[in-house]
Amino acid sequence: MTEDQPRPASLTDLFMSFTLLALQGFGGVLAVVQREMVERKRWLTQEEFIEDWAVAQVMPGPNVVNLSLMIGDRYFGLRGAMTALAGILTVPLLLVLCLAVLHSHYANHPGVAGALRGMAAVAAGLIAATGIKLASALRNHPLPAWFSGAAAVLCVALLVVFKVPLAWTLLLLGGTCVGLTYRILKTRSLKAATP
Amino acid sequence: MSGAPLHIVLSQADWCSLFGHYLLLSLLSVGGAISTTTEMHRYLVLEQGWLTQSQFNDSVAIAQASPGPNVLFVALMGWNVGLNAGSYAAAFAGVVVAMCGILIPSTCLTYMAARWARLHRDKLGVRAFKQGMAPVVVGLMVSVGITLGSAHRDFALDWPLWLLSVVAGILIWRTRIHLLWLLAAGALLGWLQLV
Repeated sequence: MTEDQPRPASLTDLFMSFTLLALQGFGGVLAVVQREMVERKRWLTQEEFIEDWAVAQVMPGPNVVNLSLMIGDRYFGLRGAMTALAGILTVPLLLVLCLAVLHSHYANHPGVAGALRGMAAVAAGLIAATGIKLASALRNHPLPAWFSGAAAVLCVALLVVFKVPLAWTLLLLGGTCVGLTYRILKTRSLKAATP
Repeated sequence: MSGAPLHIVLSQADWCSLFGHYLLLSLLSVGGAISTTTEMHRYLVLEQGWLTQSQFNDSVAIAQASPGPNVLFVALMGWNVGLNAGSYAAAFAGVVVAMCGILIPSTCLTYMAARWARLHRDKLGVRAFKQGMAPVVVGLMVSVGITLGSAHRDFALDWPLWLLSVVAGILIWRTRIHLLWLLAAGALLGWLQLV
């Protein structure tokens, strides 16, 4: 975080921001978090987003809930964490309950089914595009660009083509990347220490 | 909700058992609550008989179609268990019990882990972990997009949906257009049966 980086003005701002972004997330709130927090509001840089996400992803619990918690905490401590959490859950929760009540009446309407299909297709495009945009952050990465690029492609192949469980992918591929990054950072810090 | 109505009686011990079960699942939900769906199904539908199969399926489907984090499907399961027990009051209790259960342990753990990581952010191991995971994070996001986009789709038949996903993806990648416009466009195209 730098001094001139924008930040939420108040807890209300934080709550409303998370409510609004949650309401845009059909199937992929995480991609909306990236678009709103990094690109539009600039509360986080691309790198900060990826780093926070790495923690949110490996901890148990819904990753977007974990991420909101961490972003709220970053600015307002525990109060911020709770506010962000309330923001991302309260209104969507009320909405989903209303939908459940309405569901039995309109589930078979072809227009409703079609609209849901159309929104799901847009959401899929959004998520893939977010991944491609995040790849730009790999350029500043300690690992060589060709290596981190290949690791990202391998990750897609493992998950989509070979259907390897997420936990194994995180453990093996993530572990390898973390290990190599550790070695590179260590060499750098040793070089810096002995001029 | 569709399916044969189910009438159940929940004792205080049953409510505690439901709560306890979700507390446990929360700790196991690495990769998101959705990864524990199989276990929820075993417990709620097969073992306890608190939900019908179609209520279980609908809970997941409605939460997917609704904006907000996917974890809200847990709230719908709680809601339906409560409804089966006979009243809207019980349904609200079900929502509270299920959501608190699935969120409290993971949220506390993540909060502490995030705090710890921030406190030690200059340590080599923490930096290596957060930065090293970046290629996997990028790959994961692209994979989710592809998986969502290709679910139950026959390319020859559904090419307009693919086209919509790709166009939406390019617009999101290249422009700063507001997401809600794209979602609305997708919903409209679907409603008119154009995709």
